[in-house]
Amino acid sequence: MDYKTLGLVAGIEIHQQLDTKEKLFCYCPTKLREVEEHSGEFFRYLRATESEMGEIDRAAKEEMKRDRKFLYYTYDTTCLVENDEEPPAPLNNEALSVCLTIGKMFGMTPIPQVHVMRKLVIDGSNTSGFQRTALVAVRGALPNGGEIETICLEEEAAQRVKDDHFSLDRLGIPLIEITTSPCMHTPEEVQKMAEYIGMVLRSTGKVKRGIGTIRQDVNISIASGARVEIKGVQELDLIAEVVKREVQRQQTLLAIRDELRTRNASVSHATSQDVTGLFRDTKSTVLKKAKRISAITLKGFAGLVGRELQPGRRLGSEMSDYAKKCGVGGIFHTDELPAYGVTAEEVTMLRCHMHAEEQDCVILVSGSNEKQASCALNQVILRAGMALSDNPVPEETRKMLEEGSSAYMRPLPGAARMYPETDVLPVVIGDERWKAVVVPELLTHKAGRYAKDYAIDLNYALQLAASDKLPLFERAVGEKIKPKLAAFTLLSTATELRREGVEVRAVSDESYLAIWHAVEDGRAAKEAIPDLLRSIAGGNPVEAALAELAPVISRAELENVVRAIIASRSDFVREKGRAALGPLMGLVMEEVRGSVDGKLVSEILRKEIDAAVTGKNG
Amino acid sequence: MKSGDLVSCEYGGKTHKGIFITSRDGMAVIKLSSGYNIGVHPASCTFIEPSVPTPPRTREVNKTAGLPDLSIISTGGTIASRIDYRTGSVSSQFDASDILTAIPELAQIANYRTLPLAAILSENMTPAIWQELARAIYTEIKNGAKGIMVTHGTDTMAYSAAAISFMLDTPVPIIFVGSQRSADRPSSDNAMNAVCAAAAATSDLGEVAVVMHATTNDDTCAVHRGTRVRKMHTSRRDAFQSVGLPAIGSVAYPSRTVTLTPDAVRRGTHKPALHDTLEPHCALLQFYPGMSPDILRAYDGYRGLVLSGTGLGHVSTLLIPAIEKLVESGTVAVMTSQCMHGRVCDRVYDTGRDLLNAGVIEGGDMLPEVALVKLMWVLGNEKDTTRAAAMMQTDLKGELNRRSAHGL
Repeated sequence: MDYKTLGLVAGIEIHQQLDTKEKLFCYCPTKLREVEEHSGEFFRYLRATESEMGEIDRAAKEEMKRDRKFLYYTYDTTCLVENDEEPPAPLNNEALSVCLTIGKMFGMTPIPQVHVMRKLVIDGSNTSGFQRTALVAVRGALPNGGEIETICLEEEAAQRVKDDHFSLDRLGIPLIEITTSPCMHTPEEVQKMAEYIGMVLRSTGKVKRGIGTIRQDVNISIASGARVEIKGVQELDLIAEVVKREVQRQQTLLAIRDELRTRNASVSHATSQDVTGLFRDTKSTVLKKAKRISAITLKGFAGLVGRELQPGRRLGSEMSDYAKKCGVGGIFHTDELPAYGVTAEEVTMLRCHMHAEEQDCVILVSGSNEKQASCALNQVILRAGMALSDNPVPEETRKMLEEGSSAYMRPLPGAARMYPETDVLPVVIGDERWKAVVVPELLTHKAGRYAKDYAIDLNYALQLAASDKLPLFERAVGEKIKPKLAAFTLLSTATELRREGVEVRAVSDESYLAIWHAVEDGRAAKEAIPDLLRSIAGGNPVEAALAELAPVISRAELENVVRAIIASRSDFVREKGRAALGPLMGLVMEEVRGSVDGKLVSEILRKEIDAAVTGKNG
Repeated sequence: MKSGDLVSCEYGGKTHKGIFITSRDGMAVIKLSSGYNIGVHPASCTFIEPSVPTPPRTREVNKTAGLPDLSIISTGGTIASRIDYRTGSVSSQFDASDILTAIPELAQIANYRTLPLAAILSENMTPAIWQELARAIYTEIKNGAKGIMVTHGTDTMAYSAAAISFMLDTPVPIIFVGSQRSADRPSSDNAMNAVCAAAAATSDLGEVAVVMHATTNDDTCAVHRGTRVRKMHTSRRDAFQSVGLPAIGSVAYPSRTVTLTPDAVRRGTHKPALHDTLEPHCALLQFYPGMSPDILRAYDGYRGLVLSGTGLGHVSTLLIPAIEKLVESGTVAVMTSQCMHGRVCDRVYDTGRDLLNAGVIEGGDMLPEVALVKLMWVLGNEKDTTRAAAMMQTDLKGELNRRSAHGL
């Protein structure tokens, strides 16, 4: 696809959790918890505050469509600040320092006096109803010639457990937000820049690792389309796919609009009608339960509501997302019926009742009452109207679905949604502080160095540099462990064990070091490492594992073992001579359970075989 | 540059347009179009054009027939505020239309008359303003208000509620309300507190009460007697607690169902009366180990002194002569306990008996600050020291339990 001709313009926003000791505005640890560990809960309502013109922010208003009650889980690692029951502590200085480091790495300019703002967010993910955020640095450079516009330091939102239930352990973890200019023009370029920024962030060694600790939002538009923000892309590998699918979606929406117009489609006469009676004897489980079923006819929409915009998503899915804001489960449309237990006869009855002609599509919605059903259908009419308007791609915030398609979340937030966090004093970033910021070595650079200094394969070195075990590797090398041994254990052995289902994450850095030292000192064989890790991961203390799996065998004991094995297979040894070494090696290793270096075994075996063959066995 | 002016600033090798907000610690605070504020060197900013004042809003408030009339008197506590996102400034709203815009549910409960009495932080409250407040409430009741809401900063709300309790006999509910978390945040307790306060103000209650969150959840507000309530936490929503008596009622949210206990005084029990004299020359002194008797000299000439003693109502024996001197010179001295819960009894230990002999009056189970407010009122209305002392030991407005029926 020629993205240039399509006028693809994309930018990214990267949100990365910082690995600080304490949260951004309180002294709680930045520790994630299991939901079952929660120590208490409370609930609140949030209401949008009024802006200067007496208007509520449009994204906020969207959330207000439903009366929403939010439940929050507290932990023994959260405090009254997360509960919005205590004023915030001063801005976490450690987190600010990490931001400054990252800013300097991108060649940015720091803000002389940093002011913390409140950004209105009333989806429940912030107990206060706003997210605290501060602009820290501006204007940095990307390798593709693009620009990093801003770095902001924000507080992480609470984690949604389900529906309107949130967990407060995550709320307040420092988060750096990096915003690029709309400077990317192909899906691959977007992915590459996201990877690069991620690498720079990890180079600080001060960012959290693992699923959910980094999230990418992608802003995408094509010519005649509209800016759409897709939130929450957690896997880097999917970014290019997300961009491709959004381009496809916008193109299809433009095409649908053109077709609707040639058909003279219209939503102006769409009025909601009660069709509950038509489905009195239906087999559809959804409709059977419904207290109220309402329908509208969309003139000229037949076939288009069911048209695929991107894999798994149709125009009908978009309408359904809008309708869900009223609390309904979704919609049915005649492009997909009969199905879901709705019979062809029922569809015919419905179309007849709704005076739907061949080119029309009927939308059905089931609600708990008339109000909810008509709210949902009004949303459908709203979305259908957009589909045939001059701007058929609505400006939206969307959430990424598995595989890279996306669903509507809310309109793009308006600009008027920030005001100062008066409870936090501004922080001055003076010249001295800025000059003192030390720029760490980039991971890519570090990998090159490892490859050269330690004679490790460059790809391997890159993996290592990107690994969250990098600090352990550096420590091991510092303790004179052979770099190859440490690298192999961390990248190959541990990965294989993880694939086997072994909980290798349970193995502490100290245990790894103890194993390596044992190997280096000849107290354990390299071959015993997988068993040792397995045992430690299973809960054994490292000393016990070493004692059990790598008992210290003296050379004399080993010679005895070898002689006994040779003696029991003396015919075989005489017949094969040195060729017996291979088969016997396995037997010896089994006997000593891998606790001896293979090299030593083979050396002794060779000697003893020779002795047995020549009959000079002493 | 003036606040609101459009300016351009040079930094990071780029020109940024923004709105000048204020000067802070030598920096110019600029609001960027992205909404963020930043502080930059004033020299890097140039003026572009002056601010465009936003036209004031005028909005009609329609009365709903059949709903009771309530008066909202504001003293500075914020139940509604508006954010100007252009400049980021937050302003308190006192006008009925603004309050109803911010908290639309209020319109389902009553029709409102709003009266801005003061715009002060509650720590700057004075007995003189209590008196003004009492007169304003009295006038509103006389003019037919079916209930009164007083918006008040939370710091000294309990003092004011106690003062109004003593100064006014009321047939209608007088409800003090405020918010612990600023009204400009979507999570503020202001709206729920105001809605519950309005519900309480239209209820069958007939006394002065504080209505605030009962728990950290947005589910219930407690109705506290004005003379038995304390702010017990610096920042939590449920900071207000009744002491020595359970809350006299509750308001469920969002149903607005008001439940009153049998203890609560009912609407219409009393005829309206105003006794607005106060003797401001009274003080409250908290005793601590090692306190010097010299401190008591500072109270020479005071008409009344409430002591917040330890335990059952004690101060160091070293202070007793100085207290005796004060009493002899005409100061009424009342003993309360810093234990907060429980009743003083100065007949158990020698120190207590010595205090009684020195002329100190036992304050029963009155809260120290309530005893202070009561003493101001008693001494304002009764010049005779003996009779004033007797009044201090008589329950006037539910401030003094005769029986200690309730534990902690």
